Amino acid sequence: MSQSHRIEGGQIDRTKTLRFTFDGVPYQGHPGDTLASALLANGVRLMGRSFKYHRPRGPISSGSEEPNALVELRSGGRQEPNTRATVAELYDGLTANSQNRWPSLRFDAMGINDKLSTFFAAGFYYKTFMWPKSFWEKLYEPIIRRAAGLGSVTREEDPDAYDKGFLHCDLLVIGAGPTGLMAALTAGRAGKRLILADEDFRMGGRLNVETFAVGQALGADWAAGVVAELTSLPNVRLMTRTTVIGAFDHGIYGAVERVSDHLLAPAQGKPRQVLWRIYAGKAILAAGATERPVAFENNDRPGIMLAGALRAYATRWGVKVGERVAVFTNNDDGIRTAIDLQAKGVDVVAVIDSREGGALLPGIRHLQGAEVIDTSGKLGLKSVTIRQANGRSETIAVDALGVSGGWNPNVNIHSHHRSRPVYDDAIAAFVPGQDGPPGLSVAGAAAGAFSTHAALKTGRDAAIAALDLTGAAPDLPEAEDAPTRVTPLWFVHHGKGRAWIDQQNDVTVKDVKLAHQENFTSVEHLKRYTTLGMATDQGKTGNVIGLAVMAELTGRSIPDTGTTIYRPPYTPVALGTLAGRSRGKEFKPFRLTPSHHWAKEQGAIFVEVGNWLRTQWVPKTGETEWRQSVDREVLATRKSVGICDVTTLGKIDIQGTDAGAFLDRVYANTFSSLAVGKCRYGLMLREDGIVFDDGTTARMGENEYVMTTTTANAVTVFRHLEFCRQCLWPDMDVQLISTTEAWAQFSVAGPNARNLLEKVVDQDISDAAFPYMGAGNVTVCGGLRARLFRISFSGELAYEIAVPTRYGDALLREMLSKGAEYDPIVYGTEALGVMRIEKGHVAGGELNGQSTALNMGLGKMVSKKKDSIGMVLSQREGMVQENGYRLVGVKPVDPQGKLTAGSHFLEKGAAAVAANDGGWLTSKVYSPHLGCDIALGYLKGGDRKIGQRMRIVNLLGNLDTEVEIISPHMFDPEGERLRG
Amino acid sequence: MASLMALTALGAREPAVVEIGPLRITERTDLALASVAARRGRMADLAAAAQTAGVPLPEAARHQAGTSYSAFWTAPEMWFVEAPFGSHEMIADLLKTTLGDAASVTEQTDAWVAFDLAAADPAPLLERLCNVDFRAVPKGYATRTVVEHLGVYLVKLDQGTVRLYGPRSSAESLLHALEGAAASAW
Repeated sequence: MSQSHRIEGGQIDRTKTLRFTFDGVPYQGHPGDTLASALLANGVRLMGRSFKYHRPRGPISSGSEEPNALVELRSGGRQEPNTRATVAELYDGLTANSQNRWPSLRFDAMGINDKLSTFFAAGFYYKTFMWPKSFWEKLYEPIIRRAAGLGSVTREEDPDAYDKGFLHCDLLVIGAGPTGLMAALTAGRAGKRLILADEDFRMGGRLNVETFAVGQALGADWAAGVVAELTSLPNVRLMTRTTVIGAFDHGIYGAVERVSDHLLAPAQGKPRQVLWRIYAGKAILAAGATERPVAFENNDRPGIMLAGALRAYATRWGVKVGERVAVFTNNDDGIRTAIDLQAKGVDVVAVIDSREGGALLPGIRHLQGAEVIDTSGKLGLKSVTIRQANGRSETIAVDALGVSGGWNPNVNIHSHHRSRPVYDDAIAAFVPGQDGPPGLSVAGAAAGAFSTHAALKTGRDAAIAALDLTGAAPDLPEAEDAPTRVTPLWFVHHGKGRAWIDQQNDVTVKDVKLAHQENFTSVEHLKRYTTLGMATDQGKTGNVIGLAVMAELTGRSIPDTGTTIYRPPYTPVALGTLAGRSRGKEFKPFRLTPSHHWAKEQGAIFVEVGNWLRTQWVPKTGETEWRQSVDREVLATRKSVGICDVTTLGKIDIQGTDAGAFLDRVYANTFSSLAVGKCRYGLMLREDGIVFDDGTTARMGENEYVMTTTTANAVTVFRHLEFCRQCLWPDMDVQLISTTEAWAQFSVAGPNARNLLEKVVDQDISDAAFPYMGAGNVTVCGGLRARLFRISFSGELAYEIAVPTRYGDALLREMLSKGAEYDPIVYGTEALGVMRIEKGHVAGGELNGQSTALNMGLGKMVSKKKDSIGMVLSQREGMVQENGYRLVGVKPVDPQGKLTAGSHFLEKGAAAVAANDGGWLTSKVYSPHLGCDIALGYLKGGDRKIGQRMRIVNLLGNLDTEVEIISPHMFDPEGERLRG
Repeated sequence: MASLMALTALGAREPAVVEIGPLRITERTDLALASVAARRGRMADLAAAAQTAGVPLPEAARHQAGTSYSAFWTAPEMWFVEAPFGSHEMIADLLKTTLGDAASVTEQTDAWVAFDLAAADPAPLLERLCNVDFRAVPKGYATRTVVEHLGVYLVKLDQGTVRLYGPRSSAESLLHALEGAAASAW
């Protein structure tokens, strides 16, 4: 039976047929349909099971407020749980499955929960699963999570791309119903840069579902005409399928544009969605209003809907939800539904109007002072039982019921800066309060102005006010201006059964009563105790009823009871959208070293250091295990010569007549006295005296220094120096700029380092001409400008040579080729680490943000002859204790003994408890020269324990090794090699 | 001159040219770049020397083209000066000689990768990359902004041409971001 419930009319394209499946069953629909409208057209009302009781559920709405009709849309990596069928645009080939049911939607074994509902009232979990405590994590929680819940997440990678972007406008109009369209028309004609965003795929809002006229045209046609005019204006950007999800600071709004969700798959290269950050001078919230239901017993059966939704499906989508329809209302808008449906040829069997008096509807059975007190139909509505004004009850066979309890303005975004909505008795609803986001005004139904005339007028006025427009504004087309007549009815006082308030969370009137009984009467407590208003719909239909029930129970007014407020996002946002392009290997950009391409050719192994990819080691043929490569690189360097790309170290150019004095203040040791053409190791402290960073700084000219920093701190040191320059000492003549990437810099280390460099450097670099700690400008390979520094991290005779980055690759190849007679090797960060630890140089493990120069054995570097950042506080009593941590070297007594970084020092025989802790190992490597594991560590009073034996204990690694405490300078302690 | 062969920031011998829809991305390896910062209290001296040497020093957030030298503002009393690489590879030395001790000059040529982006309307691309209101800003606008986590300089050379300076070491990542955004935009 194809589209059995389709009727005439609607904004669907009947010339085209779209095929789709739901739970594997094939159906047909048309362009313009949503998944919900197409299923309803096919007579399918049962679309889901409820969260807790697994009650059969169908859609209650036709929009984004939908709590029930949640499906898993698509399959494979694109499967998306909790998609609201009411806003999922139909496309050819769509596949959807129901969720939270087993084995099938019609027969759900977990429906047993419904029979056990007495046990599952609010607070049930808190009270029941408290004992025994250990059962919670292992037993109770997994069972509950399996039984309760929403859709399932695909385990496959999302194949789609998501963009982020930035938009700017004078005015952002949120919502393209009559209010938004009129505001946009006003601003657009005035030439203002305008963005009009609407979550729907068709602009017009409620005008698309109403039958009345605006001006001379049907409302929907008037809307289409305005959209056409706006489309023609170059200053206007119309964004359909775009949900403004939140108001953030400084006039910034977040919006999600669903670029490809209406397609089977995104077009090549196109994103699925875009997360826009909109910078709006002003904004108008024209988000309309959401109808709310009335709570009565068994009000959650498929076929029971918001009255406005019944009308919307009939008018916009040409769908009659049922053959025999009744309407239950407390306001005039419900009456409109009955009239519209009847005009569409739907059999409206009764209007159950809770109000008394007034004119009776002609041609429809209009029961005044009546209420629906119960319903029947397991998988779909079969009948409603009503209680008439005279107290008599009657059961009426219907398969659809429209319920209208009034309309709630969509104030959500106005509350994103914590503005609290205020209750308006005239419309029995909350309207925007004071102190909304600056620059945001609210108009139309979102502000409680419900008639079409009021929407158009307030929309126009809001645009004029927001933009201070003075010219002629568009004329207001004639439109209905019916008053809002509503008599509050929140829940029907009848029976002991369950009357649903929040269908998504299965919160009933009983739950609210229980919360009241247990003194959770504040709206915030009510929400958390009962879960009212949580999950994907955020209580768009249920919230107000819940607090109104609480108001009645406590005898307080609704304003006194108050309301919870809203946070972004307005509707659920896929995590992929928030991630954008930052995922997988593209989570952050890579930084490639100048030798990267050479290293890649050699099959080098890379390690991520921040965003840098550094060569970790370069395996040679036959090396199957990383230690073979690293040991070889260390031995070859110490035997002859090795080259390491050290471009990643931060380089900061410091110039100005006060450059030396500036360095004296930022470094703990002195640099103003450094001779031109020399470099010096520097130690930089934080204000609190802890070591911040280290590196060498060279004086390249009278007023020109080049500082190097660690790779990790390159940016933070630069930022720190800029802070010092701009904020602490603005009177100093100092200019800074990073040159990290401008120069390809290589360390050339080993006994043959000079011999190799002499092959490429054009000048004399003999020990006499270029002594230890020398620095200067040279040329290489026949005239290319270069910088040479005679510094060593490895403890070898070593230099660092730098050329403009574009020549870095060529220089490396040239050194390897010209110096071939010395068997040069390229070493990576592992070999670098081995050699620096053998030499006792501190690096990341020791520069841990908790250690002082004294801890590192560098206490004498902190000059007391001058003031510098951190100097005073580094001398605090607690930081200069004799028994404080001191850097030591460690090696196992048995050369086969193992060490691991992070292990702790213990005296021999001491119990492995915190009270006996002597310190920890900061860095550990295997030293091919010493033939054993070696480590650096911080040991209490370590400088007085050299030569002693202790234990290294790691309880997690089951390690207990006897070690000898030695000097951290484990290799060439006299430094003869580096001065060679 | 030296025998060493240069590589582009993308690791090639020749600069990249990429076309995606209406967009043409041209890697510019023919630009020399140096930072020029006035020494404290020497702005007048710098301005005079720069004028004599034909080095424009535009106002904040602006790029200004000159005969040999062009420049854009980067910070108070600080500019990046561009010149043809072929004739001005030694741009820092040349500027130091010209500007004397009124300025601190630092070579920046290889610190950056430069991409020229040309399209009839680059706005749909740029709005996916950075928080710059491209259509609203005037020709000659120059700013520091962020593209996919990368700090870049953006110069609006004209309505349809943008120069982007990004960190050289991340040239591949930056180009990848440009290509991805271009495919989305058009």
